[in-house]
This record gives sequence, C-alpha cells and structure tokens, in this order.
Amino acid sequence: MTFYGWFTIVAFVVILTALALPLGSYMARVYTGERVILTPIFATPERLLYRFMRVDPERGQDWKAYAKSLIIFSLAGWLFLYLVLRTQDAPWVPHLLNPLGYHSPPWNVTFNITSSFMTNTNWQYYSGETTLSYLSQMIGLTVQNWLSAGVGIVVAVALVRGIVGRSGKSIGNFWQDLVRTILYVLAPLSVFVALVLASQGVIANFSDYLVVHTITGLTQTVAMGPVAPQLSIKMLGTNGGGFFNTNSAHPFENPSQFTNFFEMLAVLIIPAALIFMYGRMTGNRRQGHAIYATVMIMFLGAVIVAYIAEAHGSPAQHAAGLHTGVISGSGGGNMEGKEQRFGIAGSALFDVITTVTSCGAVNSAIESFTGIGGAVPFANLSASEVIFGGVGTGLYSILLYVLLAVFIGGLMVGRTPEWLGKKLEAREIKLAGLGILITPLAALFCTALATATKGGRASIAEVALSKAGGNTPQGFSETFYAYLSQANNNGSAFAGYTGFVQPNAGNLGAHGITFADVLGSFDMMLARYAPILFALAVAGALAGKKVSRAGLGTMRTDNPTFVILLIGVIVLVGALTFFPALLLGPIVQGLTGHLY
Amino acid sequence: MNETKATSLFEGAMLRRALWDSLIKLDPRVQIRNPVMFVVEIGSVITTATWLIQVFGGKALGGNDPAWYTLTIAIWLWLTVIFANAAEAFAEGRGRAQAATLRSMRKETVATMSDGSTRAASELTRGDVVVVEAGEPIPGDGTVIEGIASVDESAITGESAPVIRESGGDRSAVTGGTKVVSDRLVVEITQEPGHSFLDRMIALVEGAERRKTPNEIALNILLAALTLIFVIVVATLRPFALFAHTPISETSLIALLVALIPTTIGALLSAIGIAGMDRLVRRNVLALSGRAVEASGDVDVLLLDKTGTITIGNRLASEFIPMPGVAETELAEIAQLSSLADETPEGRSIVVLAKQYGIREREMSQIDARFVPFTAQTRMSGVDIDGQQIRKGAGDSVIKFAEGEGGHPPPELATQLERIAREGGTPLAVARDSQILGVIYLKDTIKEGMQARFEHLRAMGIKTIMVTGDNRLTAAKIAGESGVDDFLAEATPEAKLELIRSQQREGYMVAMTGDGTNDAPALAQADVGVAMNTGTQAAREAGNMVDLDSNPTKLIEIVEVGKQLLITRGALTTFSIANDVAKYFAILPAIFVTVWATSQHGQSPLHVLNIMSLGDPRSAVISAIVFNAIVIPLLIPLSLKGVRYRPIGASALLRRNLLIYGLGGLIAPFIGIKLIDLVVHGLLGA
Repeated sequence: MTFYGWFTIVAFVVILTALALPLGSYMARVYTGERVILTPIFATPERLLYRFMRVDPERGQDWKAYAKSLIIFSLAGWLFLYLVLRTQDAPWVPHLLNPLGYHSPPWNVTFNITSSFMTNTNWQYYSGETTLSYLSQMIGLTVQNWLSAGVGIVVAVALVRGIVGRSGKSIGNFWQDLVRTILYVLAPLSVFVALVLASQGVIANFSDYLVVHTITGLTQTVAMGPVAPQLSIKMLGTNGGGFFNTNSAHPFENPSQFTNFFEMLAVLIIPAALIFMYGRMTGNRRQGHAIYATVMIMFLGAVIVAYIAEAHGSPAQHAAGLHTGVISGSGGGNMEGKEQRFGIAGSALFDVITTVTSCGAVNSAIESFTGIGGAVPFANLSASEVIFGGVGTGLYSILLYVLLAVFIGGLMVGRTPEWLGKKLEAREIKLAGLGILITPLAALFCTALATATKGGRASIAEVALSKAGGNTPQGFSETFYAYLSQANNNGSAFAGYTGFVQPNAGNLGAHGITFADVLGSFDMMLARYAPILFALAVAGALAGKKVSRAGLGTMRTDNPTFVILLIGVIVLVGALTFFPALLLGPIVQGLTGHLY
Repeated sequence: MNETKATSLFEGAMLRRALWDSLIKLDPRVQIRNPVMFVVEIGSVITTATWLIQVFGGKALGGNDPAWYTLTIAIWLWLTVIFANAAEAFAEGRGRAQAATLRSMRKETVATMSDGSTRAASELTRGDVVVVEAGEPIPGDGTVIEGIASVDESAITGESAPVIRESGGDRSAVTGGTKVVSDRLVVEITQEPGHSFLDRMIALVEGAERRKTPNEIALNILLAALTLIFVIVVATLRPFALFAHTPISETSLIALLVALIPTTIGALLSAIGIAGMDRLVRRNVLALSGRAVEASGDVDVLLLDKTGTITIGNRLASEFIPMPGVAETELAEIAQLSSLADETPEGRSIVVLAKQYGIREREMSQIDARFVPFTAQTRMSGVDIDGQQIRKGAGDSVIKFAEGEGGHPPPELATQLERIAREGGTPLAVARDSQILGVIYLKDTIKEGMQARFEHLRAMGIKTIMVTGDNRLTAAKIAGESGVDDFLAEATPEAKLELIRSQQREGYMVAMTGDGTNDAPALAQADVGVAMNTGTQAAREAGNMVDLDSNPTKLIEIVEVGKQLLITRGALTTFSIANDVAKYFAILPAIFVTVWATSQHGQSPLHVLNIMSLGDPRSAVISAIVFNAIVIPLLIPLSLKGVRYRPIGASALLRRNLLIYGLGGLIAPFIGIKLIDLVVHGLLGA
C-alpha cells in the first residue's frame, strides 16, 4: 500500500461526488421537462424525432403501456442486432467496414452476443478483434451500447416518477424519456469522453490491422479500429464490452494512468448522478444523500478490502518468496495479471468500480487476484447491482431494496410502513420481492444446471483440460462467476468458462457451445427484463397512492439509522443467498495455500 | 371483569386444550395457509419417510446418515410445527376463555312483546318492540323508545354499578344480555338474529372471524418470498456440492432449509395478531375488525371532546354578572327560570347557584311555561312564560336573539363575555325579550395529568385537537392550560365532520371518540372511531370500536396496542432473519466437513468457519435445528404480550429495536446453538 494508492482512491471519491451532484440536478431538470442549457440545441431535433416516430411525447403512459413500449423496442433491437451480426460477411458490406473479411459468427454465439448487448451485459465469449467487423462493432454493438444504457436509465426515471407521483397512473412516456436520455445525457457526455480519450492516445480509425516486426524479429498483428467512440459509451453506459479482448488493459483502450482515472469516472458518473437526481425529484435532497451514503459505504468497503488484499499478495506468493513488499521501483503486492502502468490501486479500484456497476470492463485479470481480492468482485455481484449498479439498473434495484427496508423498519416503529408518504401494502411487497429475487435465483439456477450437466461442464476449462474429472474450486468459481456476471448484466469474467471455440481469427471453422450460449442468454434476459417489469409495476402501484404526511412517528428514510438498516438488508439478503455457493468457490480457495 | 380476565398464560386446562389443538392443526389443509410452516411440515414428512426407509433396511438417497440422526431431525422438525401451532392455540385459548364467560350470558330468554305475547329472544328481528320489566334480562340489542331504568351491564363491561338508560338522548342504547334492575323499558330491537353485540364479541375474542389484516398479508408475502429464496438456495446447493464430490443427505439439506426460512416469525405471526385483539378486549375495547386495530397504530391526529375528556365532567355556574341597571337577584331569578327545564348539569348548577340568592326552586308544572330546548343550531335554550321569551346561551346567539327582538346589547356585555372567556370560563348570556340582563359564569376544571398525557402523545407523533362547543376565547384558554396542540371552537357536528375531512385530505389518519347520534357521521368518517358504550346505537354502529368503559382517554391505549402489534411483527421478522447468519456458521461447516480436504482423512479448509467450535457435524446440525425450534415457545410470551412501545420518536425507536432484535438476533443464536451443542455433543458421547 502506498500513499499514492490511497490518494488515488480518495481523490476519485471526491471528484466523483463533486461531478455527480450537478449532473444529478441537471438530469432531474431534464426528466421533469424543465429548460436546461442544451434545450436550444436539442429542442428541434427532439421534436423531429417524435414526429418521425409518430409519438405524442406529452401523453403519459401507465406502467403497462410504458412496459409494452419498452419490450417492443427491445425486441426490435434484438432482431436488428442479430441480423447485423449474422450478415457481417454479406456481399453488400463495403470493404472498408470489414477490411479483414470476417465471416459471421455461428448462430449460438451470435444469440449470446445479441442477448448480451441488448441487456447491457456485454458478456463476451468472443474476442472483438478476431470475431467482429468494424460494421458489426459500430452499427451493431455500439448502437446497442447506447440503447441498452438508455433503457436502463428510463426505467429508473419511471420508477422515481411512480414513487413521487401525486396524481393518477402515468409514469411518464417511454419514447420521450428514451429520446431525452440519448440527446441530453448520453450524447453530450459521450462526445466529451470520446474526445478526451482520443486526445490521450485511444485510437479511432478504419485502418487494416497493422503488421509490425518486433525487436525479437517476430511479426505481430496489431488490431486497429474506431475504438474511442465505442469506448466512451462502453464506460458511460456501464456496458463494458471491450473493442479488444483484453478490454481496458489494452493500450489502445486505456493508454495511461490518466485515462484509467478518467474511464473510472466515466463509469460511475451516471449511476452516481442518478442517485442525486432521485433526491432532487423527491423534493428532499437528503433522500438522495442517504442512498448515496449507503452505496458509498459499501463501495469503499469493497475498495479497501481489494486494495489491501492485492497490495499484500497471496499466502502462496509469500511462501514462494516473491516480491510482495515495496521495493525500489515497484509498488510490491500481487502484480500478477495487472498492468504495470495502473499499479495495484488503479487496478483494484477499477475492478471494484466495474463489478459494482454492471460495467464489467476489466483492466486486470480478475482470476489472478488473490483469494480475498478475488472474492470482492464476487461479493459485489452478490449485491445484485445495488452498489451504484448499472446506469439506471442500479437506482431501480436499490430502490426496490429501499422499499423492503422501509417495510421491515416501518413495522418496527409501529406504523403501517410508509415510503415518502405512500403506504406500502401487499402488492408493492410482492412486486418488489419478486424484482429482487429474480437476479440471484437466475444466477443460482443457471450455475446449478451448468455444474450438474455434461453440457455445462464442457465449457469449464479445468474440466476440458483434465482427464480425471477436473472438478476444482477454480472450475466452480469460473462457472459461478460466469452466470452470476450474466445475471447481473455485468459482463466481467473469471476467464476459463467458454462458450465459443475459435481456431482462427475471422470465425472460419469456429463453433459455439450451444448449452453455455443459450443458458447464458436466458440468464441475461431473465435477470434483465423481469426486474425491469417488476420495477415498472411497482412504479404503477405507487403512482396513484394517497400521500400521507410525515410526523414524529413516521420512519425517516434520510438519516443514518436508515442507512444502516438499508446496508443490513442488502448485505443480509446477498450474503444469505450466495454464502453457500461462495464457500465452494473463492472462499475455499482463499482459505488454503493448496493449489487446485 | 378486568381482574378475572387476566387468566394465567399456562393454566392447566387451557394448556392441555392448546396442546391438543396444536396436534389437530397439523392437518395440511390448516398449514397451507402459512407458507413458511407448510414447508417445515413437508420437510418433517420427508425426513420421517427417510427414517422409515432406513429402519426397514432400504437405502436413503444421498449421504449415509445413521437412522438415529434422521429420526432426531425428524422429531425436531415436527416439534417446530407443533410449537408454531401451540403459539396460535395459546392465543386462541385465551380468547376462548373470555368467550366462554360471554356465552354463558347468552342464555335463552323469553321476550315479552309490546302486545303482550311472548317470543324466544333468539327469534327477535330488527323492528320488534319488547317490554322489559325490572329483574328481567334485555333480550336483544336495541334502542329504548319509552321509559327510564337502571340497567346492570356488568356482564359486558365488568362495571358493577348499574347505569341509567332512557329514551331519547345519548343514553338510549341497550345491549342484549344486560339486566334491568329497576323500572321498566320499552325497547325497539335493532339487531338481526345471531348478529347481536354479544355474538360479535364472542366471535371476535374466539378469533373465528379473524381475517388477515393488510400488514399481515404484506408480511406474509415477504416471508413467502424469503422462503422461496432459501428453497432455491438449498436446492442448488446439492449440485454445487456434488461438483465438489460432496454428497449431502436430504435430512441435512432439509435441516438447513428449515433453519434458514423465517420459522420464528412464521410460527408466531398469527398468534401476534390474535393476541393484539385480545389485549384490546382486556382493556374493555371491542374492535370490530383487526384492520381497525392496525389502523389505530397509524393515527396522526386525535380529536378529543373537551367535556369529560380534558375537563372534569361539566362546567358549573359560579357567578351571576348583571348588566348595568339590572339587580343581581333579578338576573338570578331569570337565569333560574331559564334553567328550570334544563336537565343538563350546567342547567342544574344554575338552579343551585340561584338558591344562594334566596330564590326557591319552582316546578315547571306549577308555572305556565313552555320549555324551548337547546339545539346545536340556535345554541340557546329557555322558556316562554307569561308572554315573555327568556333565553340563555352562547353570547353571540343571545345577542342575535335580542337584536332580533329590537334590543341593543349594552357595551359592558362584550367586555364581560371576553373577560370570562379569557379566564377559561364559559359565559352564558341571559336575555328577556330584547333586554340582555347579564352573564352567567360557568367554570371548567381541567383533569389532572392531562398535560403529561398530551406530552406523551406528542412524543408518539400524534397531534391532539380539542373539540368544544365553547367560543374561541374559552377554547383557547383551556387548550393552552391543558396542552393540546390545537382546538376546534364553536363546534357543530358539521364543523367536526369537516375538520376530519380536511385533516384526511392533508394526509393524516384521524381518530376520535364519540357517543351521541350527532357524532355518528364523524365517527364513520374518522379512520378510527371509538364509540362509547353508553352512547346511542347509531354511534355504536358508526364507529369501528366500542369502549365498554366509555372512557374517552382510552384512545391512547388503543393507539399503543395498534403500534405494539406492528412492532412485534417487525421485531420478530428482523430477529428471525438475523438468526440465519449463526445457523449458516453452524450447518455449512458441518455439511462441508470433507469438502476439498487436502488428504484422504483430512479436514476441509472450510473447518475454520466452525467459529463456535461445535462438537461434530451431526451435533452441529441438530443444535441448530433444536435452537430453531425452541426459540418459538421461548418467544410465545413476548408475542402474546407484545414488544413494548416507547414514545421516543420513530428514529430512536427504530435504532433501539434494530439494536435489540437485529444485533441481538445476530448474536443470540451463536450463544444458544453453542450451549445446545454442549449438551447434544455430550449426550452423543462423541
């Protein structure tokens, strides 16, 4: 551990908070239809878009209509992406957009990629630079990076409207929310981030791949591409799908310490701002601050554990006499799988940020983390995206937890539980309970299927390599992480669990592993859309409720006691659900020096 | 009855009956109503079946547990269900004891109809008119339409002194099963057969009519959701463990499942509800639905009548203040005349005061006078005598009356009215035709300890509003002295109703007490309306609770019972969930004892999780299950009595309960399981 390391972490938290506060206010204005600084620029294109889509943005939708629009929009997007990917070698695609003449990936892995990008997961069984053409990356994946981020945000906005709504059934208009999200929030931020990154050395071109001769006399192919624009939305939209296989460890995706810091800010800025937006929209900013405090405490807990664990190194490294202490020129600690230019703090922080959110980008190898350090991303995923979470997803997920915490706490103060003046009754509890249940249950169910069946075990590297069964804690961790990550729409991976076998770049002779591809798609879709529908239904149920006045006897949701209660509920639900499974994977590994 | 009702919790006969009931309740058709306990029962059946297979030499699925282990777990699972049933049976049993007392009063009586014929009391229907003589029981609920009599209501209220029941006014309601002690009443029956007050009361205390309240339903859903999570967690654990070459037996998996699902609260939930209702009955309050009890915990605003609630009984005349040019005795005489027919305590006190001026009491019948009764609209009463109209009443009404007669109120009048009102008294102006003669000073006495009570209510987050017919000044003075938060002066029934509505529009839950027919609309409009038992039938039907003691300050206790009910549920839910952590630390290291052991007979690296250092894997699982089961009977007294409510504000209360039931629930099972393990492990001799 170094002063510089801790300083990086503290500076990050301070700058993030300072930037998210004004952005939150800005977003609250955007979604309540107030005039903002960008209104003069975007008002006309916004109007034209509505006319083009033939929607009346002023007509409010009830939750069912809102959900219907969202589902239709998502289905259409799914079909479009699937077709783009399956026709990337079609004759009409210009050479410039497929310079290497890549074939289309097989149906099963395409199915998985499509579901993955639709659901903001960006789980990747494939390597971008050896599988996809520039066209697929741009009008396929990048477009979905925008839209899936937009969908997540609008659901959160709709839920907040339901919570604070005073009249009737309307929770807003899906099309208006989506258009505003893209024009007023994602577009300006994305352009800014892309320009900054490009200025720092992130590439953006349509070149053929470069072939260079290395100093050792070998030749090496260097992948090129329009990286910067895709990268900015990959971060801002908590998508995380890398242009390159090595994701944010690749020098063209993340060239320096500065870009690393900047990319981390880009990941958390919108989830953090959304929390402040919530406070603004409730009319009591402290409501937002309480949730921000809740997630920040859990976030810092994760960062501190990960940083200390990685800086300390593993028992095995100590036993082997590897340099785990600070030595001149080296920060010490577990540097396996980490980039020298980011160091331990830059890697640990990045790792926590991308696993608490649904981003899933990586700048270091999670599977090379120490036992405890590697347990941190597991724990983050076990919290089901409530610690900041994905853009939008994080806010609506934690709001469902808030609802449960208010219910339990509310009973304990002797009143029918009220949340911002609205009584919580059977219907809300049922919907919120189901909304919270689905993600962990999908993860457990899919992992069980994958570990218990031959089809599932075929994907595990350890099993495939070993003739003697090869069931190891590592193999279990990889499988569990794969389905946990897909259920949380995260996309990061403990390498080793595969759904795509690709002998040559360009997909010639490649085949997908149908079981893993389809089960993963099911995992991602279920854990994305079921909670969305439940969150919208909660919004609908709350929208029309009578508001009662808060008094001395009403439980407050904006003070430290509530923060503790909320953390307790989140940690307890997550821990009770995943503890047994975690025991068999990372914990048993972390408790022993034995290598499996 | 207050005393006799307090039956001991574990009385012999009741205990036997409750135990028997808990076995009857094992019927799956009963259990399915409670998803948590239903899962436990299914688990009990499976483990019992597994044991039988083992006993008869078959091979059970998964693991190779000894038969004694399976049997032990099976027994304790059955006990878990039985304990849960017992909790409910105890709660019901206490109610049943009260119902028995009530039922003994519902003896078959014969009613004498107004035409002299007789009919069985059970056949009386709404609209029948019966005659009840002294010494006879009143055959059914009804309204007195003729006569005045003293009635012994001790059977339902526990109060031994007879009460007066008379036709007209606010004391006209009578209850079936009570007894006329003197005189004779003619009663119009207002109930349908089988739906009398007594019938409802019996059904309520027996819990026969118990429907789940909204909060209970919501909590049940939450518990079902938690149960579902743990079913999946445990079901998926088997393939996970098999991946690690560790078979886990059904018995251990079921034990883990039962330990994790919220059995504590699941077992006690219905007992808490029944006991809440029971606690109200013990305070002589009859809630007509569980929903009303729950709603009373949510009350934000309390409407209290000034008279009888905040001030002692009634105002009494203490002084006659004549206007210039009027002799004090003249005023006293006229005041006495105006009050001769006024049977209100205020009216009588005027006659008494007048006596001190040497004015002897006269009988209305001896003089040629026509009584003009008080109405809420005129707010005056008086007599018409010898062509003169004598009126007394609120200052402004009397001024209006005198002006209507062509008079001009003297300037001193306003001064006096204001002075008396400022002092907290009530001024009554007295007029003869157009001339205002003077003012009667009525004095109010505030009950002792009211300030502390209102302080208490404020701490509970409840705003009190005093309702009075007095003018603003008087009301403000009394409000200030007694410490209520707000007041409604010059209240008419309409103003009262409007006040409730406006408070509700602002998002407050309103409670009120009332007894008169006037109060009926307001009682019906209020979220919690407590009718006094002495009140009219209309009032008793409009409210959702009846206070048999007719004590208006009872509302405070009702609110506390409502809050206790919710707190007890929330606290035990928190406790139940927090317990799971310790159970994980007991059971998981036990079932993973060999997982990824480094050598053939070595221990799993996971053995470090056995932080309680429990004896051996089997005693660990058994201890967790035993703890899980016996915590239920241990908490029965708490759930029947309710977690104590303290008016310390929501935040402090939440902190306190989180500390006791959350943190306590986290720690307690670590200690409990360890202690049980010491015994179990010792018994096993391993």
